[in-house]
Amino acid sequence: MHLDHFPHGPAAVGADARRPDGSRRALRIGLGGPVGSGKTATVAALCRALRDRLSLAVVTNDIYTREDAEFLLREAVLPPERITAVETGACPHTAIRDDISANLEAVEDLEDEVGPLDLILVESGGDNLTATFSKGLVDAQIFVIDVAGGDDIPRKGGPGVTTADLLVVNKTDLAPHVGSDLARMAADAKAQRAELPVVFQSLRSEHGVADVAAWVRARLAAWTA
Amino acid sequence: MTRTALLVLADGRFPAGGHAHSGGAEAAVKAGRITGAQSLEAFCRGRLHTAGLVAAALAAAAAGGVDPAGLDAAADARTPSPALRATARRLGRQLMRAARATWPSDELDAVARQFPKGAHQPVVLGLTARAAGLGPADAAYCAVYESVSGPATAVVRLLSLDPFEATAVLARLAPELDRVADRAVTSASAVPAEGLDVLPAASAPLLEIGAEVHAAWPVRLFAS
Amino acid sequence: MGGVHATARIEARADGRGGTALPVLASDGPLALRRTRGTAAEARVVLVGAMSGPLGGDRFAVEADVGGGARLRVGSAAATIALPGQTKDDARYEVRLTVADDGELDWLPEPLISAKGSDLSVVTRVDLGAGARLVLREEQVLGRVGEEPGLLRSRLVARIAGRVVLDQELACGPGAPGGWDGPAVLAGQRAIGQLVLARPEFAERPAEARILAEHACVMPLAGPAALVTAVAPDGLRLRRVLDEALAELDIR
Repeated sequence: MHLDHFPHGPAAVGADARRPDGSRRALRIGLGGPVGSGKTATVAALCRALRDRLSLAVVTNDIYTREDAEFLLREAVLPPERITAVETGACPHTAIRDDISANLEAVEDLEDEVGPLDLILVESGGDNLTATFSKGLVDAQIFVIDVAGGDDIPRKGGPGVTTADLLVVNKTDLAPHVGSDLARMAADAKAQRAELPVVFQSLRSEHGVADVAAWVRARLAAWTA
Repeated sequence: MTRTALLVLADGRFPAGGHAHSGGAEAAVKAGRITGAQSLEAFCRGRLHTAGLVAAALAAAAAGGVDPAGLDAAADARTPSPALRATARRLGRQLMRAARATWPSDELDAVARQFPKGAHQPVVLGLTARAAGLGPADAAYCAVYESVSGPATAVVRLLSLDPFEATAVLARLAPELDRVADRAVTSASAVPAEGLDVLPAASAPLLEIGAEVHAAWPVRLFAS
Repeated sequence: MGGVHATARIEARADGRGGTALPVLASDGPLALRRTRGTAAEARVVLVGAMSGPLGGDRFAVEADVGGGARLRVGSAAATIALPGQTKDDARYEVRLTVADDGELDWLPEPLISAKGSDLSVVTRVDLGAGARLVLREEQVLGRVGEEPGLLRSRLVARIAGRVVLDQELACGPGAPGGWDGPAVLAGQRAIGQLVLARPEFAERPAEARILAEHACVMPLAGPAALVTAVAPDGLRLRRVLDEALAELDIR
């Protein structure tokens, strides 16, 4: 759909790219965005799209304990040992940005216990528009907003919308029902993000998560190159 | 020692995982035992003289060069709650990561290798103080302050308590923090001559029981 | 310095016929020991407090040493009441328990009651061989009915094969460090109880952490032992919780 381009190579390598044994660690991609925008649904769809060809795992950061992890477990998108929940003490943005120690422990434990892994998706707890991932935690980040949250969100900007490596505008199927103007959202996003890519998606459509999955594969190809 | 290093280590924003923990305050709030500034103060005072004292003595001993493995076993014996032991190790591991990045040291590397899943947090705190060029008293101060600042911050979030009131609670407790830190340092300095049994073992039944109750909740805001 | 100094001592040994002999059963002053009817394998002893002490200045100690293959059960005839004494000194009560490999001790005394104005320090030290079995109960009641408590300090240290698996102190009552009656420590509850269970089987299969009542839980220790900790409004309710816990955990 509106996938603009694939950047070349990981923008930011946070922690050491090698594991203690010298092997390359998994690519870490963060997914953030406001409550209810469809982060967990996107993670679930990505797992289904990628799990047959990639070894992957998920870390969730819930506001309340394990809710998102429980959803992924119920949906059986991955075996349970590949899903870990980090508790955030009512401050999900702190756990992905200011104090990433618990999340780093979680990704490293996953690599140790179920590895080798190609990809780890780190899902943030639903937070506000300013929540972004530390470069010490993830190599790239996806910011997920939805059309029902208001079509002025791209115009308002904020670090998530402006700087995420990929902006996903979710639930496009709802646009006519909530009076959101997709063209305007696209134009505003372009204005805020310049060359950074934007994907408009509806997980209910046949196309589903395909564009985001393609973007992830491209990042992974660059990571392992 | 550098006073600034102490500020860096004691800063609530030092990225060592503490923000996700309430120090037992979430369980006490849910049980109706903490309802405002006054009961928060009583909670903090009780925690200070029990878990805080023990943590401070362990930290001071580690900062003074007592063998970390012995201190870690002493911490285990003083922490009957398996939920609290797991929390202490998790936080120890997180602090170890932050410490090694902040004050690289061979001693920290060695202890990290010895305890890949984490040593008890107060032990790591003492070693971190050592790596930062700080002494036993500094480590004890960090530990006693953490023992009350964690619950105070958590209660601001849990009860929407006025943050000024919560901070005033900490200020009112300051003279007691001084005394507990002193006592911790005194016990720790006796370890080389008298052994680990000289370390305090003050316990708080409701902190232990509350930690087990909290760990069993399916839904909670804080990890402990 | 005033006060009574007394040390009572029990030694239990396997008698070679599947039973337990008591080569030493030494009462001392107010600490009187009586052998009561036991079972084929187990010897039973009751500690009879001839005085209501300990009072300020008193120094009491009770020692029990259980050899390999021996089984001993010790109870007491009535609650021990700590009372204020003539002197300003505190009172001290020490319990020293040693159980060899393959020995078994049930240490189930009645509660300790801290009366107004008293000042008592209780220390219980338990040394267990790797294969020893132990059930130890401690109950502390703060004040007689409707009475404010005295100052009570207690420490419980348990070692298995030389390694400390439990070291706990509790201080409560007037003069104890601040916060002892607050929301982190006792929150107005007046009875505190503990059960220590040591079983070699716990090395393979530790006890499961579990909530038993609103203020009671089972906690596997870092070693082949488990601790039940409970607090309750009074001694009766505390005993009920501990009895239930013991019935459930102490399956032989």
